[in-house]
Formats: sequence, structure tokens, C-alpha cells
Amino acid sequence: MSRTRRHLQAGTRPESGVLLEVEDLKTYFQTAIGVVKAVDGVSFSLARGRSLGIVGESGSGKTILSRSIMGLLPKRNTIREGTVRFEGQELTTMSLRARRDIWGAEMAMIFQDPMTSLNPVMKVGKQIAEPLRIHLDMSRADAKATSLRLLEDVGIPEPDKRLEQYPHELSGGMRQRIMIAMALACGPTLLFADEPTTALDVTVQAQILDLIQAQRQDRNMSVILVTHDLGVVAGHTDEIIVMYAGQIVEKAPTPVLFSEMRMPYTEALLESIPKLDQPSHTMLRAIPGRPPDLINPPKGCRFSPRCPYVQDRCREEAPPLVEAETPSHTYACWYPVGSDVWKETKARLAEAGTVVLPVSVEAAEPGDVVPEAAGTPSDDAADSATTEASETPASSPRGAT
Amino acid sequence: MAGTGTAHLNAAGDALLRVENLVVQFPVGRTGLQVNAVSGISLDVVAGETLGIVGESGCGKSTTGRAIMQLPRPTSGSITFEGQELTTLHGDDMRTVRTNIQMIFQDPISSLNPRRKVRDIVLEPLNIWKLGTSEQRMSKVRQVLEDVGLDPDVAADRRPHQFSGGQCQRISIARALVLEPKLIICDEPVSALDVSVQAQVLNLLEELKRRYGLTLMFIAHDLAVVKNVSDRVAVMYLGKLCEITLSDVLYARPAHPYTDILLKSIPVPDPTVRPDLNARIEGEIPSPVFPPSGCRFRTRCPRVQERCAIEEPVVRAVEPGHFVACHFPLIGDVAPPASANGAG
Repeated sequence: MSRTRRHLQAGTRPESGVLLEVEDLKTYFQTAIGVVKAVDGVSFSLARGRSLGIVGESGSGKTILSRSIMGLLPKRNTIREGTVRFEGQELTTMSLRARRDIWGAEMAMIFQDPMTSLNPVMKVGKQIAEPLRIHLDMSRADAKATSLRLLEDVGIPEPDKRLEQYPHELSGGMRQRIMIAMALACGPTLLFADEPTTALDVTVQAQILDLIQAQRQDRNMSVILVTHDLGVVAGHTDEIIVMYAGQIVEKAPTPVLFSEMRMPYTEALLESIPKLDQPSHTMLRAIPGRPPDLINPPKGCRFSPRCPYVQDRCREEAPPLVEAETPSHTYACWYPVGSDVWKETKARLAEAGTVVLPVSVEAAEPGDVVPEAAGTPSDDAADSATTEASETPASSPRGAT
Repeated sequence: MAGTGTAHLNAAGDALLRVENLVVQFPVGRTGLQVNAVSGISLDVVAGETLGIVGESGCGKSTTGRAIMQLPRPTSGSITFEGQELTTLHGDDMRTVRTNIQMIFQDPISSLNPRRKVRDIVLEPLNIWKLGTSEQRMSKVRQVLEDVGLDPDVAADRRPHQFSGGQCQRISIARALVLEPKLIICDEPVSALDVSVQAQVLNLLEELKRRYGLTLMFIAHDLAVVKNVSDRVAVMYLGKLCEITLSDVLYARPAHPYTDILLKSIPVPDPTVRPDLNARIEGEIPSPVFPPSGCRFRTRCPRVQERCAIEEPVVRAVEPGHFVACHFPLIGDVAPPASANGAG
């Protein structure tokens, strides 16, 4: 990466083609109680100028995936396998020095909490100018002029005044705009936005999402939007990956995912969101239990302990990612939404009136940290998903004091 | 956005809780300035209903909830619970009333004492009030834990860190329930939870409300969540009330421009619905130290007119049961001149 690249290179770059290719990426962490398989064999590619949403519950590995692609994880106790090709270069084997030239200049990241990601003792102007000075070798005056323009781009009123302020003097939405300005400073080709609006109010969230969208179009930049909120990705991405327990369980263009979803997890995720067009007091569909232990993930399909349509096969064999009829749509499920088993089970559950488990039982594995004998957690969770009355069947008293 | 006025309140005897002209101010250091957190809110909650309160951060919704508990005591205004005035109660009288009003907080993990076992956390209110024998207390704890979906045999001897966020919220709910209160104030009870777990907790609250005959006050910033649980919803902005009506009516026919913008800002989990770029709100919420004159929303309102800066709108009915504090609401007539106010 040359250090003399021009600012905002969008015009000098190829307009289309593949920007990022991730193949069988694995990211494991060694901990005192076992290897945590946070990302377990993820493959996808992203074209220039496109936006991709990565959706999942907490603990699904979506944040670790984005950091692993960028190479931001600590070396110690981290095992990273697979390939990440960015503009044709392999990132996994790249030296730290070479990666530093890519960070900021080619790929940038916006984090969830703008307060803790900004330096509290440095003026905003200096923080924005820093990457410009380092990556683009700009003079102080040029960097300041560019910072001013960036703040205007991200819609900050009185930008010259803001440059002289500290982060604590700004509101949450304003700080997130500063983060975006910093991320955009060197004109990256790929922007990671990791839960960029979770800490913000709904009106500000709408502003920020629109801003990211507009900047993506202006700069022909690719965006990876990591979030737990299907509502956020619906209006702002071209394609969506749904992750569960470190793996991709469904991937489709955004309209297809919402209209033709095949994976019961995606269905459950969507149905658990309260919607404005439902009358009040509508019983929500909750997903019983919680994401599995990533040290000993359940055998077979990892969602099987919580899946209402689970069959014996699901508990034994892990379903591969297969192509759906709709183009560029893949999913991993033996009995997908729309299949006969799905229809039968759905009808049966509806009849029994338990489409939703009213007081759903969390498969209590208090203390993810306590290694459990493999198998027990999933068995318990499966039982609890079928019998509404059984309460918190904690499998072993190991976690008890 | 005045929210002064009490046109929307039910007749005095009907409400379980009645808040009138509540004002809460906090001093800003030694400057002599005041943060006007809540500026003249009136609300009431009828027994058995769920009242939702929504608004952006800084609108005073949490402060309202806490002021009802007298934590801290409001600067002025009146709060009556079952006909009893709370603002003048002290000592044992206040403590007795608080057994009937309980709170659930946003962060389930930090609102539980990490060093205590779940049993002791849930048992403590019973011990304080010395209700029943120790066996009766224990069986009460077991029953409440079961009611919130936790297995008492397993859960009772564990400590909060051994549970997930959703389970900790269940423990908080159990602790609130154990004294069988009449009213529970839920302050953002699900905003720290994943959507899937959030649905579990919301369903649980609905179920418990039925089983225990509870009245809920549900404070949250997520309009979709509030709509799901509430019978009536109040919208707040900068310490004032904007609009209050039945939940389904509010979402179908918002009358206040602020409510309308809030609703249109919600990301819809449906890609065929394109984001409405015209319904974006500009700028930031003004400082509660120097609130705007007249209607407090006027600085960001798309329908602002001269009158809004001069005259503070008063809560009035635009249709039966639908109250709004706006001179130029989206439905109904323009507010009559100041002298004729107070209809409805």
C-alpha cells in the first residue's frame, strides 16, 4: 500500500468485481476450560460497492467474524485458519506492518459505543486528522481542511467549532458521526459497521443508517453491517448472512431472505421481533433457551436444541449449506421452512396452541464457563422446548456453589 | 409539547396511580441553573392496565418512574396511589406503600447483588417485612421462581453471574413479585436483551400480569416493544407530555408530529418497505437546562408556526380518548386560542 495515495480514491479504483473473499475462516480462542469455536468455517464474498448484513444473537460470532477478517484480534491464544483475500491480497499471513497500511486506508471500522472508541483526552479534530497524516502523508493544514470537509459530509453543524471540542462535549449521535468521519477519512473501500446504532435513539439511528448508506453510494464503498436487529439490515443492505453458533446458517439477497427464508432460525428471529402492525398484546414467538456453548457445540445441527421442527436426523448430522431454488440463496437445514416436515410440525404446534411457548424455558446452562459433559445441554434444551411445564432443566449441579 | 393540563386524566377515584403536574429539577453544580428533567407531567394508571411511556433519551421517562417511587422526591406536583398522597409520606408510611409499588431495572446483571444467592435476593423483601414463618417464606420464594420460569431447585443456590441476561431479568422480576405488589414500574426491562430473549421476557410479563392481577408502567425507548405490551401509551419529549391514547390508536393515527416522526424512524424488518427519508428529524434534542419557549418540540418540528414559540400547547382531546399537546396536530382541529383551552 503506497503511502502517497490520493484522498478519496473512489474514482481511481475499479468500479465492480469482488472486493473481499473469505474462505472457510475459523477463529478459535484457547481458554482455560477449552477451545471456544467463535467462528467455525465461514465462507462468503463481497463485491465492490455492495452492502452485506451479518445478523445473529449475541454470542453467534458475528463481531468476532468481522474482527477476524480485519485481523484485529490478539495473537495470543487465538487460532485463525482459512483465507481472507482483500483486493486479491491474502490477509491472514500478512505482517502487522503491512496490515497497518490497510487499516484505515483500505478497510475501516465503526464500533458500537462511540464514547469508549474515541480518545477522551484528544480533541476531535486531531483524532480525525491522525489517519490522514499517517496514511496519506498530509500536511497539518491539508489534514485540517480535509477533516472539516469530512465533518460536513457526515452532517455535523458548525464543523470548525467541533474540531476544537473533546468527545465528552458531544452527544451520542454526534460522536457516532465523528466515528464515521474518522472511518471515512482515508476513503476506505470496505467499511465494517459493528452495531453502529445500538447505543443510539431511534431517530438518531435512522439518521446514522441513512448517512452510511449515502456515503457508500458516494464513495462506491462496500459496507459490512453487523447487527442483531433484522429491522436495521432490511432497509440498508443488499445481502444478508444469518449466523448461529459461529456458522452461516442462511445467506440470501435481502428481499429473498425476508420473502423466501428457509432456515427455521431466521424465521424464529424475525417472528420474535414485536411489529408495529400487530395489535398490542400479541403473544410473541420466543426462541426458547439461548445460543449454545461454543466449546462443546451440540452435535448435528447447532440450532436443533432450540428448533421447534427438530427431527432425529437434526440431532445426529450437521446439515451442509445447500443452494435454494432462488439464486444466490444458501441455507443449512434438513427440514427447511416450506418442507413437508415443517408444514406438519407447524400445523401440529398451531393446533396445540404452542406456536409460542408462553413462559418459555431457558435451557439453563448457568455459567457457560463451566464445561459440561457434551450432549447434556442439548438434550435438556430439547426436552424443555417440547414440554412447556418443565422449568429450567439445568442438566447438572456443577454450577451450583 | 406542553403537556401541562390534566384533560386526559380519568376521574380521580378511578385510577390506581395518579400523577399531577409532576416537576423534577436537578441543580447543575453550583451554577444556580436547573436541569428541567420533568416539567409538569400528568399521568394516571387504571388498575389492571399497562401504561407505556416512550421517548428518546433525556425526555424524562425514567425520572418520572423514579419520582413515583419518591426516589428522588419530585420538586413539585402530586402523586396519589390508591388515593394516598405519596409526596408527603415519610418513614414507615412510605415504606409500607412501597411494598405495593415495585421496580424492574434495565440492566438485569448489575441490579442484582453478585455476592448473594438467588434465594436470598428473592427472600429479602419477605424477611424485611417478616411475612409468615420461614417455611412459608421459602415456599413463596420457590413458587415465585417457578412462576418466572426458573427451576427453584437449581436456581435458588446459584449466584447472579451464573445466569444469562434473560435469566437475571427473570430473577429481578421474581424479586419484584414476591411481595405481591399492585403496580410494577418497568424501566427499560428488555433493552439490554437479545430479540429472542426479549420476546421471552415480554411474554412472561404478560403472563404474570394476568396471573397476579398486576398493573404495569412500562418505560422504554423501543416503540414496537411498547406497543406490544401496552394498553395505553404516553409519548414524552424533553420533560413534557406530547400525546397519550390507546396503544392501537396511537400507532394507527398519531396526532403529534413528534409521534409521527418517531414511528417513521423505526426500521421495519421488511425490505419492501423503503425507509421514509422525508420523515427524518433534524438536529439534536435541546438542552433541558435552557428548554425552548412555547412548545418544546418546535425547534425540530416540521409543522412549526409562529404561535408555537409564544404559547405553550395544553393537552386536549382530538378525538374521544385521544389526547395531544400540540397547536397544529396531524388529526383533529387546530387548538383554540389560549383562553378557551381545557376542553375534553
